[in-house]
Amino acid sequence: MTKPHLFSTDAHKYRSFLAKGLHSPSFVIGGAITLFFVVLALVSFVWTPHDALSVNIAERLKPISTTYWLGTDHYGHDLFSMIMLGARNSIAVALVAVGIGACLGVPLGCWAAAKGGWLDEAIMRTGDFIFAFPAIISAIMITALAGPGAINAIVAIGIFNIPVFARLARGAALSLWTREFILAARLSGKGSVRITIEHILPNIANLLIVQGTIQFSLGILAEAGLSYVGLGTQPPMPSWGQMLSEAQTWLMMAPQLAIIPGMAIILTVLGLNLLGDGLRDMLDPKIRSSLDIGGSKAS
Amino acid sequence: MMKSARKWAVAFSMAATLVTAGSTSAAWAARTDIVLGVRLEPPHLDPTAGAAAAIDEITYANIFEGLTRIDEHGAIKPALAESWTISADGLTYDFKLHEGVKFHDGTDFDAEDVVFSLDRARGEDSVNAQKALFEPIDSVVAKDKYTVEMTLKRPTGAMLFNLGWGDAAMVAPESAETNKTNPVGTGPFKLEKWVKGDSITLIRNDAYWGQPAKLEKATFKIVADAAASLAALMAGDVDAFPIFPAPEMLPQFENDPRFKVVIGTTEGETILATNNGVKPFDDVRVRKALAYAINRQSLIDGAMFGYGTLIGSHFAPHNPAYLDLSHVYDYNPEKAKELLKEAGLEDGFKARLFLPPTDYARRSGLIIASDLKKVGIELELINVEWAQWLSNVFKGKDYDLTIISHTEPLDIGIYARDDYYFNYKNEEFKAIIAKLNATADEAERTELLHQAQKKLNDDAVNGFLFQLAKTGVWNAKIKGLWANAPIQANDLTAVEWMD
Repeated sequence: MTKPHLFSTDAHKYRSFLAKGLHSPSFVIGGAITLFFVVLALVSFVWTPHDALSVNIAERLKPISTTYWLGTDHYGHDLFSMIMLGARNSIAVALVAVGIGACLGVPLGCWAAAKGGWLDEAIMRTGDFIFAFPAIISAIMITALAGPGAINAIVAIGIFNIPVFARLARGAALSLWTREFILAARLSGKGSVRITIEHILPNIANLLIVQGTIQFSLGILAEAGLSYVGLGTQPPMPSWGQMLSEAQTWLMMAPQLAIIPGMAIILTVLGLNLLGDGLRDMLDPKIRSSLDIGGSKAS
Repeated sequence: MMKSARKWAVAFSMAATLVTAGSTSAAWAARTDIVLGVRLEPPHLDPTAGAAAAIDEITYANIFEGLTRIDEHGAIKPALAESWTISADGLTYDFKLHEGVKFHDGTDFDAEDVVFSLDRARGEDSVNAQKALFEPIDSVVAKDKYTVEMTLKRPTGAMLFNLGWGDAAMVAPESAETNKTNPVGTGPFKLEKWVKGDSITLIRNDAYWGQPAKLEKATFKIVADAAASLAALMAGDVDAFPIFPAPEMLPQFENDPRFKVVIGTTEGETILATNNGVKPFDDVRVRKALAYAINRQSLIDGAMFGYGTLIGSHFAPHNPAYLDLSHVYDYNPEKAKELLKEAGLEDGFKARLFLPPTDYARRSGLIIASDLKKVGIELELINVEWAQWLSNVFKGKDYDLTIISHTEPLDIGIYARDDYYFNYKNEEFKAIIAKLNATADEAERTELLHQAQKKLNDDAVNGFLFQLAKTGVWNAKIKGLWANAPIQANDLTAVEWMD
């Protein structure tokens, strides 16, 4: 009985997994776009071309130039610096929200799968209940009740990620619980917590990672939506959704104010979706075997 | 063959007639209806029971009238009172009312209605938002059917102006309680229908006592969104926005011959209201530092796109008693830092800035936060809705700073009120206002008003940012709409379409 692993501990096989990935165009393009925005976000902590928060009316609505790489907005804010800060906010909010969803959802789903019975029912029906609400409307409701702000946006988006991960984890785990290697592990005296950590989680990790990237892109969209209606990141801290809503009245005179943050949102979401697609192709056992990626398979 | 040719000819001429009829009818008769865009829906339509400007913007001079009225330039004109005499001591006013005036419900307007309206407005259980206007009145008596005698507790120079406010509208005892939903006034228009959330339609009152309105129908359409306002005007769904919400869009109309952009003055002193009752804003040096640290010209350019006038106190520049103090605190961040150092705050401090949901406030807030950051003051911007602003800031006084435009005319007296949200409790200023209230002589009043403006400027009570401009956009063929807003109103009595 080999212990199944997604990523083989064998360094050679791991490298070969990445090498295969480089042949997948969606993985490469999606990864590159995502990496670009992540780097932008990280660099913004130490450096931006201009102070993105400093108003300079004399320099407002400047076109694209070597000084202002993407021009300036109606307050004289440098758009490129704002995009960088916006990337940081979007990524931070989406990442933490997905983190909340995964950290709570996955254990709940695994717990439901391991125990079954009324506990399973209770967890999953609660999940269905949350799921049945249109997520963005409920997020608006939560931020309207708790007050607007990035933290509340994170919580609101995070809550709706919980059932997504719980469902996925439970479904995948349930099918594993009937497998022989799990049975063997049980016979050898392992408890359900240990089995879940040692056998179930490594085998559903690929599914969770793919779902994670998709949820991440949805989180970025949700953050942009909330900020657009004024419930997400609060000014003066810029965010892409806020920039879009500010640009509305300028559509005729300075369309770039809307186009630039709009493109940033589109590109990030596209990048993450392509990345998710690429990862799924690489991790899907059926396709994986045809790609002949190393690493032992489950069972 | 012949027959069919004739048929064609007939059809052709008929079509031609239709086409010409269509085009000429528009040229012959000017339109008699108008659609005005307004940003906010009024909570109700009783101007004597609410502070919302949106009420007066629909009812003033259109549905309700008072004894006097304010015209486009802020002058006092007779309305339901055709004339008046004031006793030499300034305490007794005799109003001669117009005869034959009827309310929309057909009842007569007479001296008893005046007594009722003014007693109701200043009574103990009055819900009038401007009760202070009527405070100097001692008694109102009907001498005969068309004569009213009003006695004051002390001479009050602004009394005739006060009676011209929308809050001093004349109402009938029979309908006063239902005016909120079914306003019954004496004006040239009456309410036809109110579609909640969408529009309010007025139609001409054919039984009007004075010069009848030229328009037959006026619709106030509620358009909350700036981008939608632009689209509505461009598409012709709305004929006029007396107050267009987004000044940055005005250049698009200026270049379009179909529209007229009219920039006028308002009574709106836009201020950075400062809670004088909390630390560190109780220190005049800190308030002065704020005044020096804010670049107000760039604020007008950045937030209002150049539409606005610098002010230095709580007083409208177009008023004859205006004293120009707008350059006392010119932008000087170094001086601001010095003053903060004197006040022992050289390391800066943090404060909360509450921003109500208007573009001028939200935009100014962002610019002020950036300016103040340069002198070490870190502002937390808190966007609030109107209800929250009214309860937390205005009533609860739980704030450090907020940005708001005070649009009531001649409202410098609010600084003498202990209960007002500025928490400015200054005996010297109160004495000036008390003296002003007791003075009827115009020259003396001007001198006292100068003193009052100077005192507020010396104490830098609030950040006096700019006088809000009235940025109106309307169809170039409309004439008679007010360019200025000396009072919250959209007076439609003289509005008509030109050919």
